[in-house]
Amino acid sequence: MAQVALRDVTKVFGDVEAVRDVSLEVEDQEFLVLLGPSGCGKSTVLRLIAGLDTPTEGTIEIGDRVVNDIEPQERDVAMVFQSYALYPQMTARRNIEFPLKNRGTPKDERERRVRDVAEALELTEVLDRRPAQMSGGQRQRVALARAIVRRPEAFLMDEPLSNLDAKLRTQTRTELIELQRRLATTVIYVTHDQVEGMTMGHRVAVMDRGVIQQVARPTEIYDHPANLFVAGFIGNPPMNTLSGSPHSQNGDLGIETVGGSIPLTPAQQDAVRRSGVTTVVAGVRPEHVVLDSDGPIDATVAVVEALGYEYHVVCRLNDGQQVIIRLPPEAVVPREGENVHLGADPIRLHLFDAATGHGLV
Amino acid sequence: MSAEVVTGVTMGTLAPGFRTFLWIALGVIVAGIALLVASRRGSPHYRRRVALAGRYLLLILLAVIVLFPIYITVVDSLLKPDQVVAKPPILFPFHPQWSSYSTAWTQGHLGLYLMNSFIVTTVIVVGELATSIAAAYAFAFLEFPFKRTLFVLFLATMMVPLEVTFLTNLSTVVSLGWYNTYLGLTVPFLATGFGAFLLRQAFLGLPRDLRDAAKLDNAGHWQFLRRVVLPVARPSLAALGIFAFFSAFGQYLWPLIVTKNDRLRTVQIGLKFLANSQLNNFNVIFAGTVIAAIPLFVLLILFEKQLVRGLTAGAVKG
Amino acid sequence: MNVTHPFERLKPDRLPGESVGAGLRKTRSRRRRRTMESLLAFGLLLPSLVIFGVFVFYPLIRQIYLSFFLTPPFPGEPNHYVGFSQIQQVLSSHDFLNSLWVTLLFVLYTVPAGLILGLLLAVLAHQQLAGIRFFRTVFSSTVATSVAVASVIFFTLLNPEVGLFSYLFGTQGQLSVLDDPRWALLAVSVVTVWQNLGLSFIIMSAGLQAVPDELLEASRIDGARAWARMRHVILPMLSPTLFFAIVVGTILSLEAFGQIDILTAGGPLQHTNVLVYAIYDQVFNQDNDGRAAVMTVALFLITLVFTLFQIWLLERRVTYER
Repeated sequence: MAQVALRDVTKVFGDVEAVRDVSLEVEDQEFLVLLGPSGCGKSTVLRLIAGLDTPTEGTIEIGDRVVNDIEPQERDVAMVFQSYALYPQMTARRNIEFPLKNRGTPKDERERRVRDVAEALELTEVLDRRPAQMSGGQRQRVALARAIVRRPEAFLMDEPLSNLDAKLRTQTRTELIELQRRLATTVIYVTHDQVEGMTMGHRVAVMDRGVIQQVARPTEIYDHPANLFVAGFIGNPPMNTLSGSPHSQNGDLGIETVGGSIPLTPAQQDAVRRSGVTTVVAGVRPEHVVLDSDGPIDATVAVVEALGYEYHVVCRLNDGQQVIIRLPPEAVVPREGENVHLGADPIRLHLFDAATGHGLV
Repeated sequence: MSAEVVTGVTMGTLAPGFRTFLWIALGVIVAGIALLVASRRGSPHYRRRVALAGRYLLLILLAVIVLFPIYITVVDSLLKPDQVVAKPPILFPFHPQWSSYSTAWTQGHLGLYLMNSFIVTTVIVVGELATSIAAAYAFAFLEFPFKRTLFVLFLATMMVPLEVTFLTNLSTVVSLGWYNTYLGLTVPFLATGFGAFLLRQAFLGLPRDLRDAAKLDNAGHWQFLRRVVLPVARPSLAALGIFAFFSAFGQYLWPLIVTKNDRLRTVQIGLKFLANSQLNNFNVIFAGTVIAAIPLFVLLILFEKQLVRGLTAGAVKG
Repeated sequence: MNVTHPFERLKPDRLPGESVGAGLRKTRSRRRRRTMESLLAFGLLLPSLVIFGVFVFYPLIRQIYLSFFLTPPFPGEPNHYVGFSQIQQVLSSHDFLNSLWVTLLFVLYTVPAGLILGLLLAVLAHQQLAGIRFFRTVFSSTVATSVAVASVIFFTLLNPEVGLFSYLFGTQGQLSVLDDPRWALLAVSVVTVWQNLGLSFIIMSAGLQAVPDELLEASRIDGARAWARMRHVILPMLSPTLFFAIVVGTILSLEAFGQIDILTAGGPLQHTNVLVYAIYDQVFNQDNDGRAAVMTVALFLITLVFTLFQIWLLERRVTYER
């Protein structure tokens, strides 16, 4: 039984299709991340689940029940907003107990819950302060507390960490993960930050321009991206991509690119032949590119970035395209301006149809 | 009058008061020219000080011109009647006579009139706030048919002031039996298009997230209004309230035609009657003016910021 | 000592009475919900609409209707339908045309002067000088004077025998300026401008606040003198405020009444008989509702036309900051 499900949901605003044919199932107690760039429709999906907008087509289910016609407050979901949406004239305490008050929760029950949540999130000292008198981190926790105090079916979170500074963000990220495990509830989490996506979710749903690109576990997304978009979006530094055409040489298929000809495994060659694609994009992650004097790709080292814990070597091909290599700190690093040969284990290659972006497998 | 001035100057037969006035004016002009000349010569440091002096002089001059009528009013209210008309004029009350105030208050009934004004104004302000909040809530947060038409209707009422409608409103009020009653003085003003417009603007400024959060928190309309909207819109509410108070307190035409005796008369009309009945007791008339003006002055000092806000809603942003 | 993590204390319990799906018990059809919302909205608008209906729209319609009827000389007799003839007669009557003229003059005397003086004071008070707050309070002080207060003050000061202004301007014993057909309207205008000065100052000051200081700094560095700065920086940025002030100011001056009633009662020789006063006179002194009705409709239409014309003329010259 899926806790939350979207079936063929489309949402149109005027003539803009914000969400197109989205189908998604979120399991009970799952932490699902909706990941994508700004404007990809992830926030819209969240609002549709919450009931703040109604789908143009398709159905939304919560706990096996179609909720399209059910008001947001009756869907048993709580939301944490990017801006926190704290009521400015109320103290933290009042903010947190507001949803309970509106549901007629008896006073002692209310006070107990508020106290417990405040203690758990370390808000006890600021309970009687107003939002303006709190730090950003405290405000974020009050917003969280207000959602938790209801113990809803599902938590919806819209980029809750984006307004925090970097250090606080990392810390809170871990806390949120622990929190979800502790509370054992379903969380649907929207973000554009791929690190959050990769570390926090049981599964990640990558979206672009209103369409779901891929839904899978983080490692799956990383190791087997379904299309060019996902491949390029996940991973930092991003995956290196070179486009070229299939080229037969001695019965073996290779990809002829600007820098040189990339060899393929037999399985890959089959896939390319079968697909009949004329232009292929070959992708390989920076950590899988090696400096190999026999390597097929010719390049010049443009910049060497020393980060301390690793090196990023940015190389340029003849036509200006760049390939980035990640090297461990103890590696022998080429000098800038040096001419190098690059190669990679063909197993590490990801092949995509240049026209559609789909992965060839 | 100008011909007389010219002949007066050339023939030296000017009234003494006018002579003084001309001398003062001349002095100011000379000072101004001197400053102007001085500001062109000398070191930059010197010039800057001269320019500064010039600015202050101008400001002081204008302040005197603006304040003069008010100043004279207060001063003369504390003089004896014969002192008021003394020539040359007495510019400071060295022995203030407060009796004029008690005369204005009792004989002139200004105490009663002031009370009427307060009652009427308070009722109008409360009523305007209530109806404007209700209307603004509907326009800002609810969906319903003819919303846009109705809003235009509200705005249109601003184009039809009392000065146009008083003819019919008078007979309406009379036929309702409200002539010379508090009802007649207040009911026509309990709703205003301006208030609905101003508050709708303020309500729409509420961040959308807050609305969504309140919805998810199962806040009903009343809870939402009371705990979220109104606290956030407090500045606009205050501005509207202050503005409505000034407007209602200073009303003239309607109280004039809807009241016929002392009982309901407001202080503005009472002032007119005072001026006509006290004749040469100018000090009493001036005292009455001060009494009638004090409430608004107090309000101005206390709430200048909010008043400015109310008056400029829409003015600055267009 | 706390051994457990605070999170431990959060039990994953649900609110009593809620279980999976139980919270979704209240389902009302969307149409019904929308109807309720509309009903609520109309309920909220009802009080205002009732008052508007009775005291704003009904009068307008009734007065248009009344314009077609002659008011009988004796009460009790029925009104006599005359079609457009009364309207025609009133609109071409000397009284009405005089009132129209006086009103237009009054607008001309008071609106530009009020604006310019308000702007001047606002600019002067915008400087960063010590004690400027005092001056700002002084300049805005007349906003606390009502029409009646200002009029009574000046009425007394302009008293021909003993008024202070009569003394200062050497006209003691002679005709009061308020009784002089040549100067009466001007005098009333001066009183009006003075009384409105505070309001004008406040509005202009607020508009001035919106002019970004950097723009003024930049223009000063570019060598612009005071007048050039005014023309090219301040006025354009102030244009929304000026536009608002002109439109609203005109509407208010077309409705002037109190100062006329106290200072001149429409005289001398009808030289201050603005439209509103003329209407008042028709209703209360001449008992002629029919003619008064025609004039009120005329006043309304004139105000409407003026406003629309000003909006049409000036709106495009307003530069809005985006």
